[in-house]
Amino acid sequence: MAEVSLRKIVKAYEGGVQAVKGIDLEIQDHEFVVLVGPSGCGKSTTLRMIAGLEEITAGEIAIGGTVVNDIPPRDRDIAMVFQNYALYPHMSVYENMAFGLTLRKFPKAEIDKRVKEAARILDITPLLERKPKALSGGQRQRVAMGRAIVRDPKVFLFDEPLSNLDAKLRVQMRTEIKKVHQTVRTTTVYVTHDQVEALTLADRVVVMNHGIIEQVGPPQELYHHPATKFVAGFIGSPAMNFIPAQLEEASGGLNIVIAGGMSLPVPPSRVDRYRGHAGKPVLFGIRPEHLTDDKTTDKHHLEPLSLTPEVIEPMGMETLAHFKLEGTEISARLDPSTPAEVGKPLALLAHMGQMHLIDPATDKVI
Amino acid sequence: MADGTVMIQGAPGSVANSSFRRFARRRSTIAFLMTLPLILVIGGLVAWPAGYAIYLSMLNRRMTQFIGLTNFEILLESDSFRMVIFQSVFFAVTAVILKALIGFWLAHMLHHLPTKGQRKWRGMLLVPWVIPPALSTLGWWWMFDPSYSSINWLLAIFAVPSVPWLGEPWWARISVIIVNVWYGAPFFMIMYLAALKSVPEQLYEAAAIDGATSSQRLRYVTLPMMRNIISITVLFSLIVTFANYDIVRVLTNGGPRDLTHVFASYAFQVGILAGNIPRGAAVSLFMFPILGVIAFFVLRGINRRNREEA
Repeated sequence: MAEVSLRKIVKAYEGGVQAVKGIDLEIQDHEFVVLVGPSGCGKSTTLRMIAGLEEITAGEIAIGGTVVNDIPPRDRDIAMVFQNYALYPHMSVYENMAFGLTLRKFPKAEIDKRVKEAARILDITPLLERKPKALSGGQRQRVAMGRAIVRDPKVFLFDEPLSNLDAKLRVQMRTEIKKVHQTVRTTTVYVTHDQVEALTLADRVVVMNHGIIEQVGPPQELYHHPATKFVAGFIGSPAMNFIPAQLEEASGGLNIVIAGGMSLPVPPSRVDRYRGHAGKPVLFGIRPEHLTDDKTTDKHHLEPLSLTPEVIEPMGMETLAHFKLEGTEISARLDPSTPAEVGKPLALLAHMGQMHLIDPATDKVI
Repeated sequence: MADGTVMIQGAPGSVANSSFRRFARRRSTIAFLMTLPLILVIGGLVAWPAGYAIYLSMLNRRMTQFIGLTNFEILLESDSFRMVIFQSVFFAVTAVILKALIGFWLAHMLHHLPTKGQRKWRGMLLVPWVIPPALSTLGWWWMFDPSYSSINWLLAIFAVPSVPWLGEPWWARISVIIVNVWYGAPFFMIMYLAALKSVPEQLYEAAAIDGATSSQRLRYVTLPMMRNIISITVLFSLIVTFANYDIVRVLTNGGPRDLTHVFASYAFQVGILAGNIPRGAAVSLFMFPILGVIAFFVLRGINRRNREEA
């Protein structure tokens, strides 16, 4: 097991397109780090550079303190789980899992012991003699994980391993991956475009966009304290509402004035932080779950406002209401018992303690 | 219900009529009718000539008397036919092995070229396979000429003595194989190239991470993944090479001293030139059972692998 260091990593393709633009990242021993971002953000390229499947244009990658830039994948002591599993179709499950150890000339007894132990952990012992074709998607995924576990490598790399599974199986396998990590404690780098996967699995989440790292932090920190507009909008579902507004001084405090005249006071604890932006345009960010009709809570800084829903989506455990506020689409999470109707004004509360202000010039959270 | 009763009692003919209509409407009947033209074509152009050839091979020279397997017995006792068997097997097996190896090597080279240049090379390398073999063999015949040929001229530059390409039995055998390999290797190349392209890149990546060197990737990933294409191509080529006629006919015409004859050219000589059609038929049928058995096992292996892996 080992730590992984990425120092000023650049990946440029022919024609000068940069997929990764000089990222730095320190991954601790035993840590589970998830790289998340939209497609084309450079997360898979970064993972493949760690694996040695892509050449590094500039910068340095170290695994366990050794710079691996010029070391081929087979000598990096890593194991990788691919999106489409990449199982060898002509080998049985047992042979698939044993392949890496056979090539490394492990004694037969040791191979047998490791394969059976991994099969036990993953609950695939009855499948060992089958060929991959005779397995379901979930079982293939387990075998792919088994192939990684038997090697007992320094680092596990996962490249969108759950994307090909149906929704129910995905949740199940997610738990399974977390359990396996808690058992084997191997340093893990996991790539996904699904923020729910990222938040549920990671010790730390790395949010990437356009080849750079937007923010690194534990899931809760990314949710509560996003550093940029991109992170604020990417983490959380449904996405955070962004409403163009103006920050105005008002009798010792600050008010957020939304086009159309609606005015919401900034909580006193945040006034000092925002004062420098008084009189300037800002983006007012608030999550749908903080724009709600829930009157039973006793949170501070609840500001009433009235909006007229355009679309109502009952989800069972909650109801989503979508509004249009001065040309901007916004949504709110309502209690399912709320009698919300399209076209009828609805009384809502904005949890101003959970608000964010974004500087539209830099897209940074103030 | 009432209608049905009336129909059964009053008009037995209409029962037969409706059951015929039901039979005609059955999916299996329609399927059979739609495949009937193909069945007729195969029957007329494959089954009937094959059956007729078997029948012919069991007649006497004048084709007036049924003599059973006598033609085959006479052939097996003749030294020149035993030489034909040896030459045919030597020719076909050597040529197929060389074509498979060279085709695989070419396919690998092409596969690793950038896509843009690949098409150009692929087109050029396919040329030998596209030229009618009788014509291209004529070209080779000139090149093998002992006195004026380009090959011996090239050898002379390196001070290698002139080679009697078509004049000496072993050199003639090698010449026939060279031309067949030159003509047939592009077919292997194009089949293997298609097979190589169908191996998912991620299998190589997984193998690289699992610790495989490039030769181990070839052995444990490429070859097993190509096994079906390799077997079907080798089988197909073996059949076609055993049946080869034009190269031997143009290049050596069976000579020197009838030592380069293969089944097809010998069958032509015995059956058409010497006028013994039944014995010629027996010659051409000689490999049929052996190739049939090989084909059965190869195809069975392919089916089994398809069921388990694909």
